[in-house]
Amino acid sequence: MALLTKKDASLILDPLADNNPITIQVLGICSALAITAELKASVVMAISVIFVLGVGNVVISLMRNIIPSKIRIIVQLIVVATLVIIVDQVLKAFAYELSKTLSVFVGLIITNCIIMGRFEAFALGNGPWKSFLDGIGNALGYGVILIIVGFFRELLGSGTLFGYKVLGDPVKMTGLYSTGYENNGFMIIPPAALIVVGIIIWVQRSRNTALIEDN
Amino acid sequence: MAINTEKNTYTVIFACIMVVVVGSILAFLASSLSDKIKENERFEKQQNILYAMGINENEDEGSVNFIPTDRVEGEFSNYIKEQLVIEGDQITQDDEAYLIDMKKQLAEMKNGTTPRLPMLIGEKDEKKFFIIPLYGKGLWGPIWGFAALDDQMVVQGVYFDHQSETPGLGANIKQRYFMDDFTGESILDGTQYAGIAVAKGNNDPLNNTKDDNEVDALAGATITGNGVSVMISQSVNLYKDYLETIRAK
Repeated sequence: MALLTKKDASLILDPLADNNPITIQVLGICSALAITAELKASVVMAISVIFVLGVGNVVISLMRNIIPSKIRIIVQLIVVATLVIIVDQVLKAFAYELSKTLSVFVGLIITNCIIMGRFEAFALGNGPWKSFLDGIGNALGYGVILIIVGFFRELLGSGTLFGYKVLGDPVKMTGLYSTGYENNGFMIIPPAALIVVGIIIWVQRSRNTALIEDN
Repeated sequence: MAINTEKNTYTVIFACIMVVVVGSILAFLASSLSDKIKENERFEKQQNILYAMGINENEDEGSVNFIPTDRVEGEFSNYIKEQLVIEGDQITQDDEAYLIDMKKQLAEMKNGTTPRLPMLIGEKDEKKFFIIPLYGKGLWGPIWGFAALDDQMVVQGVYFDHQSETPGLGANIKQRYFMDDFTGESILDGTQYAGIAVAKGNNDPLNNTKDDNEVDALAGATITGNGVSVMISQSVNLYKDYLETIRAK
């Protein structure tokens, strides 16, 4: 017996490519611009969103039959905010260093449109297991783009990856810098993220023309 | 039994229950974890202060490694010889001076109350270090830190931290290459307490000029950098009178 049926697998795999939350649905762009100047921050953000979206989707899905439709958005917001605060407090008590790295992301997770979007579009109408897979899938799709953008921005903007000087030292002029290469300061400011995301969207749509919308 | 989830009374009851449940969970969590969190914060402050004094476990060029939490309390009492609280003209000893919240003191100062300013005196290799706390505004939130001075008013080391500066940009104030630049700079310009400015046009990436009251700025982090400059000059000016009494002339 396969662990996942074909339909379940597509819940995880679709958002990674042809239904990607960032490049196709253009959700979660705000955080993708804000924190991708470093690869490490991108990875941390991706992991946090995987956790919050996976658990949040299950919680909302379990509550889907008792949530009054008039206040469902508020209820969703409370669920995300509560989860994020619980995680934050527990980390502060038991993994203080990690919680310091995460501090800036906490607010960004709550306002991430992908989370509210998946609660509203999927978890409210599907069972917990499916919702869990959908949450993990979408968060992974979001994380993949974040990591790609973070990789290029940190490499081209600072000449480092995860803080390691992979291209040599720009001050002491070693490695690639000895040939006259310079870091592109533009890459570390947010507009550069928009351009990188744009290029990813372009590449993706030129490989799969079915994704191009008719006008 | 099917519940009519559209009714107003149901909506109101649901909202009330939800608030109570979520509120209790968070309140329970906060109160059961608060001791542990406070302890972590205390250790962090001790680590930061020792770091500014140059007591750390840095290995290579890029790393920022504090004294581990299990040893920090002992090391802290070893190296920090005196803790003073400066309240206007009054100077008193207080073994918990380092825990004073600068944010509160600065807010009180705005209201006209005399602030209680902590001053820590450390000793390493028979050399005295005067450590002052720093507190200021970055781009998105507060920034803070500690600066260790010698009796010539030359910076012996700093530590900066921030709440929510942008990773890769403003958050880089807590990177070694930025903090290390401050070591050796003087906060005095002649006899004026000028502080140290984070300057864009400094053109001194290797940080060879130590007498210009300037260090190189961070690319893409103008506002955070300016925040650091303001933070240092403001904090130094708070301590001006005391520093003048200990300055070797």
